[in-house]
Amino acid sequence: MTKNNSQFLWTKKHLLGLDELSPAELVHILDTAESFREVSTRSIKKVPALRGRVVALMFFEDSTRTRMSFELAASRLSADTVLFTAKGSSVAKGETTLDTIRNIEAMGVDVFVIRHGQSGAPHMLASKCRSSIVNAGDGSHEHPTQGLLDIFTIRQRLGKIAGLKVAIVGDIAHSRVARSNIIGLRKLGAEVVVVGPPTLVPSAIAAMGCTISHDLDAVLSEVDVINMLRIQFERFSSSLFPSVREYSRLYGLDAQRLRRCKKGVLVMHPGPINRGVELTSEVADGPNSCILQQVTNGLAVRMAVLYLVSGGKD
Amino acid sequence: MIDLLILNGRVIDPASNTDRIADVAIAAGQIQSIIPRGKVARGPLKGKGSAQAGQAPPARRVIDAGGLIVCPGLIDLHVHCREPGHEEEETIATAAAAAVAGGFTTICAMPNTHPPMDNETAVQYVLQRAHEADLAEVLPVGCITKGRAGKELAEMKLMLDAGAVAFSDDGDGVASTTVMYRALQYAGTLGVALMQHCQDADLAGGAMNSGAVAVRLGLSGIAAAGEELMLQRDLVLAERTGARYHVQHLSSARSVEMVRQAKARGVKVTAEATPHHLLLTDAACAGYDPVYKVNPPLRSAADVEALRAGLADGTIDCLATDHAPQSAEEKELEFALAPFGMIGLECALGCFAKALIEPGVCDWATLIAAMTASPAAVVARPRGRLAVGARADVTIIDPARSWTVRAADFKSKSRNCPFDGWTLPAKAVATIVAGKVKHDEIG
Repeated sequence: MTKNNSQFLWTKKHLLGLDELSPAELVHILDTAESFREVSTRSIKKVPALRGRVVALMFFEDSTRTRMSFELAASRLSADTVLFTAKGSSVAKGETTLDTIRNIEAMGVDVFVIRHGQSGAPHMLASKCRSSIVNAGDGSHEHPTQGLLDIFTIRQRLGKIAGLKVAIVGDIAHSRVARSNIIGLRKLGAEVVVVGPPTLVPSAIAAMGCTISHDLDAVLSEVDVINMLRIQFERFSSSLFPSVREYSRLYGLDAQRLRRCKKGVLVMHPGPINRGVELTSEVADGPNSCILQQVTNGLAVRMAVLYLVSGGKD
Repeated sequence: MIDLLILNGRVIDPASNTDRIADVAIAAGQIQSIIPRGKVARGPLKGKGSAQAGQAPPARRVIDAGGLIVCPGLIDLHVHCREPGHEEEETIATAAAAAVAGGFTTICAMPNTHPPMDNETAVQYVLQRAHEADLAEVLPVGCITKGRAGKELAEMKLMLDAGAVAFSDDGDGVASTTVMYRALQYAGTLGVALMQHCQDADLAGGAMNSGAVAVRLGLSGIAAAGEELMLQRDLVLAERTGARYHVQHLSSARSVEMVRQAKARGVKVTAEATPHHLLLTDAACAGYDPVYKVNPPLRSAADVEALRAGLADGTIDCLATDHAPQSAEEKELEFALAPFGMIGLECALGCFAKALIEPGVCDWATLIAAMTASPAAVVARPRGRLAVGARADVTIIDPARSWTVRAADFKSKSRNCPFDGWTLPAKAVATIVAGKVKHDEIG
């Protein structure tokens, strides 16, 4: 699987979601990331791959780690970066997303990295811009680089994807991380079970090829990976579940639950963690956790994505 | 002297159960005679008009409608003319031009304008603008409540006297059960129909149909239950009050079944379906193109099938467009931020033929009834029939003209048509309003 398929010809100009990728393209990104991982271990952490190219980081929605990860990935490829954040920008003056992008594109941008609160915003822009578009999270739709770095980390730790069983636990309804993981893992042959209360797990998600459980304890012993999603506290006010206390009791992962899992179970979290809600500190910082490794791998995956789309044509 | 003679067409007039080859003569804006062909060859006809049978009487203009369908002028119960308030998207004149280009001789103007049409002056304004345009007839539908706010009843009788033909808060349903109950009681005594956009206000707020596509796209869903809940409430109220109640743009299979059962109980309910709900599903939203964003939303293939079956068995009485012009700027926004709405006047007939005639769901007489006699009955107007002495509103349809929709060529001011580029199997080729030819591409 990790064999370098140098014959593979990458053609995609955008990375809008894992939905648009073939299994071979997914693997090619992972393999390219593998080769970029080594760059971060050098004393001079830079390669000239994108020298002279401009990567615009367009963060219409707040983000810390994804933004820094993309910024660092671009600079390790020697690209120039410009950063846009919606706060204090022309968006506050009523400019549309499309106008904002067209204006910045007019300054000469090769790749746009887009984080946006609206599902489908990168797709809309891709149909109307000349530059490459990399989706850094759109609404509740996809977060393809997070999905890729999760899959990369699983492959690194467990040596394969096909045949594994992965549980994704939490607010599936509103999670772009969940969707990219489900899509990517299914394409590479893993089984996925999504776990949470029915108000946060729409039954129609089964159409994406996963199974649904409302009982975390029932799936613990079956799974190789548990990906714990962050709970967004604003969901309480809309009566999607009664309280943090009840949620944590039913769907939180603590040492006791971890003991009922397979011995080498991998515990993941896309961050930022609500300690004591989704994960106890003991679990988050324990030997089964690969949370910081996910962050480290994110850099290599984003270098691979920026590098590949820069050479894409269609 | 006959002003216009339409020769040799297949005359379909559902109101009189007519479907035969005949010549239609028009004079002084009225139907002067309808003289069957075929019978003529076999012998002289009895009764009125038989003196001219067999040979064409002299006429100022003759249209050869051989191979074409000649029917009452089409009526659209559901059009957003956008004037006053959003004249950049449509005006009464451009809506009327789009109407005649699509074969419609009468359109009903919805009241969700800015300001809303909730008083007699606003009704008179619409009629005045329509009169100036002198294209299709435009019948105003007034608001049920003042300002469409859902709180106080609008002055229905004064609007009715000024020319309104029905009432609706379209765009929103009347959320308050008390207000809707009173509105039906009040309208019942006036004999006028209330038209409802069924959507439970508390379950509203999504961008597309709830279901697997919305979940995959990460877009918030509009549950079919929202339509069904208000419809269920209203059917109870309509039954209790005995008032005439019309359901706008049905979208869900369960709604169709609820209307079917209510009709069987004798509730005075009528219903309409749109081209898009008869042809498209929520799968069309997969590319996030807001041209497919509409309210009620495009639903599942099973819902499409149920709507078609409902039209075929008479549960759904009327075909209407919900022509809703939106500016290109607004339709270029992100899917969830873009406004709802699609335009349909200029391709509706071809769309209905594609949805209903091509797959054999119903015959032309049924389709035409749903676009003529049935909507005329909803608004209680002497339209939608080809009768001697009636106003000469006539549409000529080529049932075999395959054509490609080009939204760029529309008379409408807007371009938000999901059928742009589609090839449709039939076309309205001539539109005659009160005896005057307002659209002619018979060629």
